[in-house]
Amino acid sequence: QDTQEKEMVPPERAEEAKLKAKYPNLGQKPGGSDFLMKRLQKGQKYFDSGDYNMAKAKMKNKQLPSAGPDKNLVTGDHIPTPQDLPQRKSSLVTSKLAG
Amino acid sequence: FLGAGGGNDIQWCFSQVKGAVDDDVAEADIISTVEFNHSGELLATGDKGGRVVIFQQEQENKTQSHSRGEYNVYSTFQSHEPEFDYLKSLEIEEKINKIRWLPQKNAAQFLLSTNDKTIKLWKISERDKRPEGYNLKEEDGRYRDPTTVTTLRVPVFRPMDLMVEASPRRIFANAHTYHINSISINSDYETYLSADDLRINLWHLEITDRSFNIVDIKPANMEELTEVITAAEFHPNSCNTFVYSSSKGTIRLCDMRASALCDRHSKLFEEPEDPSNRSFFSEIISSISDVKFSHSGRYMMTRDYLSVKIWDLNMENRPVETYQVHEYLRSKLCSLYENDCIFDKFECCWNGSDRQVIFNLTIPFFLPLPYSIVMTGSYNNFFRMFDRNTKRDITLEASRENNKPRTVLKPRKVCASGKRKKDEISVDSLDFNKKILHTAWHPKENIIAVATTNNLYIFQDKMN
Repeated sequence: QDTQEKEMVPPERAEEAKLKAKYPNLGQKPGGSDFLMKRLQKGQKYFDSGDYNMAKAKMKNKQLPSAGPDKNLVTGDHIPTPQDLPQRKSSLVTSKLAG
Repeated sequence: FLGAGGGNDIQWCFSQVKGAVDDDVAEADIISTVEFNHSGELLATGDKGGRVVIFQQEQENKTQSHSRGEYNVYSTFQSHEPEFDYLKSLEIEEKINKIRWLPQKNAAQFLLSTNDKTIKLWKISERDKRPEGYNLKEEDGRYRDPTTVTTLRVPVFRPMDLMVEASPRRIFANAHTYHINSISINSDYETYLSADDLRINLWHLEITDRSFNIVDIKPANMEELTEVITAAEFHPNSCNTFVYSSSKGTIRLCDMRASALCDRHSKLFEEPEDPSNRSFFSEIISSISDVKFSHSGRYMMTRDYLSVKIWDLNMENRPVETYQVHEYLRSKLCSLYENDCIFDKFECCWNGSDRQVIFNLTIPFFLPLPYSIVMTGSYNNFFRMFDRNTKRDITLEASRENNKPRTVLKPRKVCASGKRKKDEISVDSLDFNKKILHTAWHPKENIIAVATTNNLYIFQDKMN
């Protein structure tokens, strides 16, 4: 009877079970507003000038705190610094489609 | 499938490929939009680096009757630059999300291009003459010593090498809090709409400091957000009608005559869901990534993750046709969620016109027969076409290995499970990094433009 039930499970449900097995804490709301909020917040960078200046004042001679190994990821968890912000890219390169 | 013979089946052949050959793709070179203009003479592409490249079709060579004109670079310019909104602490990508051409009114060509926040109207004009014989300037531009000028002459226009110039004529900024996904020019050719995740605005092409909000689905409490706008388009003939699609798989048709703010739809198109099939993935794969009206305006096509659906505007409760693009992916949704591919936004397009004059051997004269084909992309650089009349479909591949001009492309087949036949590709061998998200069909001829990650392929039908 078990094998019979397995054959009747639609592929989407089987995939869902696989995902839930890997990530048991996955949100209850299917597809829900978590991923929508992430979509709306695309591009958002966080910087607290108060925290930044306090840290600068405290560590006068030491190195300023900076982003982790991934320099491109600047989040609200730590104090981003000007040297961590991605540089504005040069816009003078011509597209290879025109080459 | 198409191409197996029969009077009306198209046989697609490789024509051209543009872009770098190497596999190391720079982010800026990722193609983000492809669009033919209204005559098909010009083909525009936009990329992640904010650049626009326009190709122009060569005039048909009378001696080379076996192929239509090739597309060569006509103009290229930087449309958008990366920006940082300091007030909102928001990084604004320069990626061109959409390009839409205006119908040609005079010698110049106009197009709208947009990134996440700003829409720009670009004028592309030709200059093939320049004034010569100034009194106060030398030919190289240096000013002459006025005391050496003893006679006066009238400068005249002399021919020069063709120069194509692009200049931004209007900049439509600061009207979108969220990210713009669509722009659509109205059939009145005076107004256009721009849509972001939660709002749709109406603009006049001449006016940049004002925009009317016509749809606003932002909830009072953002925690109640359940759905976003994914695409929007004006009706091709009715200047008061537009549609917008959502992340929940619905399409709303709105009539601007009904009220100033079209939050209440005139029609709601939604296919009822089978509750027994519902899963964590259901809503994500039902999200509509593109909506396009047919040329007549009687139908509209939507693309969700696994299928293309054709809707009759007179029937809201279900689509009239559904075509499976890559149903074999349904049993791969877990890994497609993990690698984010499940969020890929595929576009779709109609063939050039709803009817075409085709020489049909069973009827002794030319008749405009219904001729409707829809096209969309998939993974592994595959793209699919569905003939709505014959109900046949075909899978083709955009690859440099097939680049012999006038050789008919070989149809591809994916083997979902079981024993793989020779020439078939198994689902597990598909390259999910090779996605075809953007395709375009020439408005008058059987010429298609297909964008892989950083290359643009042009295919045309085999002319006998």
